[in-house]
Amino acid sequence: MVSAPAVRIRGLTRAFGGAPVLHSLDLQIAAGEFVALLGRSGSGKTTLLRTLAGLDPVQQGHVDMPARRAVVFQEPRLLPWKRVWRNVALGLRGEDVQARARAALQEVGLAHREDAWPLTLSGGEAQRTGLARALVRDPELLLLDEPFASLDALTRLRMQALVSALWVRHRPAVLFVTHDVDEALLLADRALVLEGGRIRTELAVRLPRPRRHAHPGFAELRSHLLLALGVDESRPEAGEVDPSFVQARPGAEIGAGVAV
Amino acid sequence: MSEAASPPITLLDAPRVPRLSRFVVTPASLARFRRFATPVLLVLAWQAGVSFGVIPSRLVASPAAILETFWSLSASGELLENLLVSLGRVAVGLGIGVVAGVGFALVAGLSRIGEDAVDAPLQMGRTLPHLALVPLFILWFGIGETPKIGLVALGSVFPIYLNLFAGIRGVDPKLVEAANTLGLSRGELIRHVILPGALPSALVGLRYALGVAWLSLVVGEQINAQSGIGHMMMDAREFLRTDIIMVGLLVYALLGLGGDLLVRALERRALSWRSVFVS
Repeated sequence: MVSAPAVRIRGLTRAFGGAPVLHSLDLQIAAGEFVALLGRSGSGKTTLLRTLAGLDPVQQGHVDMPARRAVVFQEPRLLPWKRVWRNVALGLRGEDVQARARAALQEVGLAHREDAWPLTLSGGEAQRTGLARALVRDPELLLLDEPFASLDALTRLRMQALVSALWVRHRPAVLFVTHDVDEALLLADRALVLEGGRIRTELAVRLPRPRRHAHPGFAELRSHLLLALGVDESRPEAGEVDPSFVQARPGAEIGAGVAV
Repeated sequence: MSEAASPPITLLDAPRVPRLSRFVVTPASLARFRRFATPVLLVLAWQAGVSFGVIPSRLVASPAAILETFWSLSASGELLENLLVSLGRVAVGLGIGVVAGVGFALVAGLSRIGEDAVDAPLQMGRTLPHLALVPLFILWFGIGETPKIGLVALGSVFPIYLNLFAGIRGVDPKLVEAANTLGLSRGELIRHVILPGALPSALVGLRYALGVAWLSLVVGEQINAQSGIGHMMMDAREFLRTDIIMVGLLVYALLGLGGDLLVRALERRALSWRSVFVS
């Protein structure tokens, strides 16, 4: 089935005064596709996500995106003076707003906390509320900005499973910004590495779902992706940036051989 | 299960412990009473001083006389009548001050142009001690109700404005951003995000404003008032009735205290979402 892409970006350039953060960037995301976006700090991941969220104006280039978009931020960003369900219902139009908010909370497993004040929620519960607030809008494009970065490891695993299940059920296109290579491989159809303001590496993740770390293909994809991020696992000083690697191929499509 | 059943018994017993301690002198309860010892001693000394003629009652009435006067003024309805007039002045003046202060704060807080237009004159006016305007107010408004109410209104505008303005500007921009991604209109953004976010500061401003309002009232009611607590006190001065003057002071103090309690109650209700921190 050939459907129109959910997101089509051509030649997007964005600068904040000095050197451009995004430099004539091209990107397409198919409808219902789960895309993970990786890159070092300051590589422009968040700028790209903010552009798609409508929080950053498009100055140069073309961006086509669906009207129904929703964002989950790294911090939950709930209004502390509104009860959980009212936070979820905020900005909803039409009838049965409360029922829709409740249904969304039920879906993320928070029905029992719908009347709680946000300040009484745990980190995981707050992010679930954020997810419900995004889902209730029935988005065609779901933007996730490192939503699990400040959660503990066990909660993060549960949230990853939840996001995966919700995506399977609702099938929005997803742009998932993360620092975590494993997380990207567990969830995404495609992993992108942003560098120098462009997508330098594109890696199709064709592992069967539900994904497992133990799958033989997983480790291979993981080292490819880490290599693209400048971490060479095979070297003794693994974990550090290898300057020779970066300098050897300036501007080259580092992961071109990997991309499928 | 038998082990789990034993704790509730001690729990049931627990409330009796403080009830017992009320009659038993413990170091803790002693410390609590010690705080009241000095004020009580002072009042006793005051009463003794006046009774034995050490303090001339022409200068200070005795506590007993003050209570008696308080009672007789209440019984005759004179106190209530003047109290209602004073309360009315504060209510109207504070009302005007709050409406104006909130209006200015919204104009200045929600737009840069508004800030440029409104903030400078208000910041300048704030530095002026507004009670010093009394002579000017008498020239402008005469000696009727207007200068009294005007003084209260003027005094209460600034704390409301300053605190609400700061509150609006202090709303977490990340929340505003998140609200923008939810498709809120400008009006909804102000109603659901900005005003509730500024409410804690606004209530602090209201408490300040209430204090200033009473102070302005005290000064305002000494301008040739025909009624009100201040009038009652000025009248009493003519007849050297220090007891009535003291009753007036007492009423002012109680009104100030009452107003503060009212705003605190309002705060507890309106800010119950953050009670997790407070309680």
